Amino acid sequence: MGMRKVAVIGAGMTRFVRRALETPKELSWEAARMALESCELTMDDVDAVCFGTAPDAFDGIHMNGEYASDGAGAWRKPFMRSYVGGGTGVFVPIQGWYHVASGLFDVVLVVAEEKMSSYYPHPQAAFLTIFDHTTERALGPNLLWIFALEMNRYMSTYGLKKEDIARVAVLHKRNAAAHPCALLGDPKITVEDVLNSDVLAWPVQRLDVSPISDGAVAIVLAAEHVAKRLTDKPVWIEGVGWHLDTAYWTNRDLVYPRYVEYAARMAYEMAGIKEPRKEIHIAEPYDPFDYKALHHLEGLQLAPRGRAIELYLDGTAERDGDLPICPSGGLLGVGNPIAAAGLMKIAELFWQLRGEAGERQVPGNPRRGVAQAWGDLMQVGTVVVMGR
Amino acid sequence: MSEQVAIVGVGWSGFRPKTPNLSYKELMYEAAVRAYADAGIDPRRDVDSFVTVAEDFIEGTSIFDEYVPDQLGAALKPVHTITGDGLHGLATGVMLIRSGIARIVVVEGHSKASNILTPDTITAYAQDPVLNRPLRLNTHFVAGMEMHRYLYESGTTREQCAAVVVKNRRNALRNPLASYGADLSLDEVLFGPPLAWPLGKRELAPTVDGAIVIVLAAQDVAQALREDAIWIRGIGWCNDSPSLESREWGNLPYLQEAAQMAYAQAGLRDPWNEIDLAEVDDTYAYKELQSLEALGVCGYGEAGSLLAAGAFDLDGEFPVNPSGGSLGVGHMLDATGLMRALEAVLQLRGEAGAHQVEGAEVALVQSWRGVPTTSGAVAILTN
Repeated sequence: MGMRKVAVIGAGMTRFVRRALETPKELSWEAARMALESCELTMDDVDAVCFGTAPDAFDGIHMNGEYASDGAGAWRKPFMRSYVGGGTGVFVPIQGWYHVASGLFDVVLVVAEEKMSSYYPHPQAAFLTIFDHTTERALGPNLLWIFALEMNRYMSTYGLKKEDIARVAVLHKRNAAAHPCALLGDPKITVEDVLNSDVLAWPVQRLDVSPISDGAVAIVLAAEHVAKRLTDKPVWIEGVGWHLDTAYWTNRDLVYPRYVEYAARMAYEMAGIKEPRKEIHIAEPYDPFDYKALHHLEGLQLAPRGRAIELYLDGTAERDGDLPICPSGGLLGVGNPIAAAGLMKIAELFWQLRGEAGERQVPGNPRRGVAQAWGDLMQVGTVVVMGR
Repeated sequence: MSEQVAIVGVGWSGFRPKTPNLSYKELMYEAAVRAYADAGIDPRRDVDSFVTVAEDFIEGTSIFDEYVPDQLGAALKPVHTITGDGLHGLATGVMLIRSGIARIVVVEGHSKASNILTPDTITAYAQDPVLNRPLRLNTHFVAGMEMHRYLYESGTTREQCAAVVVKNRRNALRNPLASYGADLSLDEVLFGPPLAWPLGKRELAPTVDGAIVIVLAAQDVAQALREDAIWIRGIGWCNDSPSLESREWGNLPYLQEAAQMAYAQAGLRDPWNEIDLAEVDDTYAYKELQSLEALGVCGYGEAGSLLAAGAFDLDGEFPVNPSGGSLGVGHMLDATGLMRALEAVLQLRGEAGAHQVEGAEVALVQSWRGVPTTSGAVAILTN
């Protein structure tokens, strides 16, 4: 089966901030403009636009995709918004991929935008409405409690220690210090800082969690014949995968994200990867909480179950280690404007694989990377493998 | 990579103004079971990818895609949501198959409109929060403004718009899935209760509940599954400006472009002569005429008189909305495009019963996402 090859040829992103003054349209356009300028294209060159943003409840705008469409550049163009909750940021490049791979379009602009600060006083309350209206919402669940349950399950199953898991937050936030768009980069943060931060819902503490933020990211995708004409350094989308598990998350063993495993296997099969740990040189697993990065590294088959922490303890995960993890700084360091945060990981792989990541550059000319996001009710995995 | 994509199964449930005995999950399940039986497939074994169309505020649930997989047999499978009309979902299925990543794709859309207590308040939340929302514009008032401009620019009359209602609701009398079949006179529509001048209340499509599931397959799979597969020869979609201030009001440029995209794929040059029936947007009666013109079926301002001459009747030269359309069947929110595609499939299979268009071979399907969007999609189906 000969699939049409699709390349990333440009990327741009806004700063991730606590409270942006720009409207969602303006954030979208800023990122889109930067992505287009990075590959010297204009909107006239774009055949279609794919858009990602998480719940409409944040912005309080019904059909938020339609509202933001012109900001994302979709004036008199085919436009669609795809949606898999928190997994959207790594799904929207997959949507862009199938737009181009289908043969219907040659150049597609992919934009992910999130403005969480419009929700007053705190966007956490919007998440109450993601739960089942009959069985769960009446209990007033809070996302932090749910992740506390999951983190507890993960720690107690494998006997993991809080001070070890805190090293994930420390590494990612230190990495983010080199990212010009980062909200929470901190070159001096220590494990003690994480362990001494406020307890939100035991065992989750404030510095175990990524910050809510506003921001937007955009990338430009092109078919092979166009990409080769426009750039000497195309970064190919080699594999894509996504899986959505049952809505009945309470019936699931939270210790292992099987949906991430299935999504990863789908992407690896397409990319022809048989031994991910050896064939992948950079990983950007989804890290809204520090333990989630570990969870997802196991789902991505980059570490045996319960042992992802070893990558952090022995230095493998560091920027100059054998498998750099979240060299961008991840959600924990750069910030977590939900859909934009996922696409930020794709943009990071693009810059890293082209050797354009500046201070964040991973040494040794990395050839292949994987990015992953997760979302819904601990339910969806989205995976993209990129290579040059 | 399969260039040609076919519809190999359809299923539906509900199609009633209220379905108090069924949840949206049960509606989806019923439609899915019928579609899988129609296609002769097992969702757990055979389906590579699932696509649903939904909007959070309509569902009353944030991140609604969470609640999709179980009742479709899609748990732990590739599933994603498109916040678009059903035809956007269908286009997504086509792209997934053409890309080579899937060979069988299921597309689902549903409406549980009867659960929504304040639909006008929700649609008002779709307006620009900075520029328009402070003006407290009612959704139907915006439609009334568009109708006014369309009548002014095109020379179409209120009587011609009212005749759309008469035609579609009469067609609906022949369609067992339609909830709003009626034999109305032109005066009953024209002099009925007002909505937002010049729009009358009977020119607004009332909503229904229901779910539709459509199974798509790559060419070789489709040919192995059934002899009477229906082919998607072209599919196009487009957005114009979402802001009320910077769009055209008399014309529908997004629909013209979506149609050109679909026609180019289908190799279709002369819609009037090459298409046997059309299921087009009639959320408001005037939209049927305005849409037919944007689709290039006839010239600007000509649809009204063609309608008056009977061209769009069930037995006319160019039957439009033989199902009864949204005015007759009921509006199914974002599932509306799939409702129209379902009607086209039944017509092209020759299974439409009392509202069958004789010898139908090519069908045009079109939808619009409603006020305040400028989002339209078009598909060309053949048998």
